[in-house]
Amino acid sequence: MYFDSFADFLRMGNHGLYVWVAYGSTLLVLLSAFFITRSMSRSVETNIRWAILSRQAEQASGAQTKQEGGNEY
Amino acid sequence: MKLNQKLKEYWHKLGSPRWFYQITTNWVTFFGASALVLLVTGLVWALAFAPADYQQGNSFRIMYVHVPAAMVAQSLYIGMGVAGFIGLVWRMKLTDVAIGACLPLGMVLTALALFTGGVWGKPTWGSWWEWDGRTVSTLVLLFLYIGIYALREAIPDQNLRARASALVSLVGTVNIPIIKYSVEWWNTLHQSASFSLTEKPAMPVEMWLPLLIMVLGFYCFAGHQVLSRMRLEVLTRESSSRWVAELMQGRGMLANPAKASSTDHGKG
Repeated sequence: MYFDSFADFLRMGNHGLYVWVAYGSTLLVLLSAFFITRSMSRSVETNIRWAILSRQAEQASGAQTKQEGGNEY
Repeated sequence: MKLNQKLKEYWHKLGSPRWFYQITTNWVTFFGASALVLLVTGLVWALAFAPADYQQGNSFRIMYVHVPAAMVAQSLYIGMGVAGFIGLVWRMKLTDVAIGACLPLGMVLTALALFTGGVWGKPTWGSWWEWDGRTVSTLVLLFLYIGIYALREAIPDQNLRARASALVSLVGTVNIPIIKYSVEWWNTLHQSASFSLTEKPAMPVEMWLPLLIMVLGFYCFAGHQVLSRMRLEVLTRESSSRWVAELMQGRGMLANPAKASSTDHGKG
């Protein structure tokens, strides 16, 4: 550890404000990028799942009407 | 001859979204885990263990986030330029996916580099903003990113959007050497590079080793982000294809795969 005490570490030799603002903004950028991408990929997967399910349901009902001798269109 | 054919095959595979999705599955995990380890190690080391600079004091610790952000922001732009070139010449669709994935991260990292630069400049140069060659050319980089972003938002047609953003990305790469050599061409405030990935740095080892870790961490993070975003764009674009349906079934996200395939046959 380069610093003598925790207060020393926070103060950063009177440059505390600058150092912590720079590191804070960096963390903010990295974390928000990570979480935004993760929530995007979740919503994409949910959407695709729903699209496939509804397509399957459509196909299934289409096959059923055919078997029952329903209308062809 | 044989090697040539292999290379050709590989080249064609590269354009296949399905193949891309499959091979990058493990890469994403690898980059994500490496980024986490490197960034946590690097941040703790940079903040608490690296020695202060004898002239700048502790404000020099800002370098450990400023330099990696700027390096990766430029690399992502180079990636977009290369993807744009490949996309224009070989009409590969995946390259547009790559441009779209590099864009948002590159944009925020450029903004971050400018912001941390200002925060570092205040105690070091005595001012938040200086019209220094490197600062201005990095601002141009930010405008390029914003311009391509706006362009992509404004063009609804996928092919036209891909060609336009490929062209602008490619043309904009002229700015990258300007950023690089700005410190030599205009001898202003920015110090010339004291660190690079290929040469021995002009700093003591206990100062550049945490920087190296941070730079690698940022690159792994970018790799994780870009690949994740490319993969989800590929999934979206291919959402009606068979392999995506099979993939989702494999993940247990869809019930009753047997029924789905039997209705398929019944229809045929």
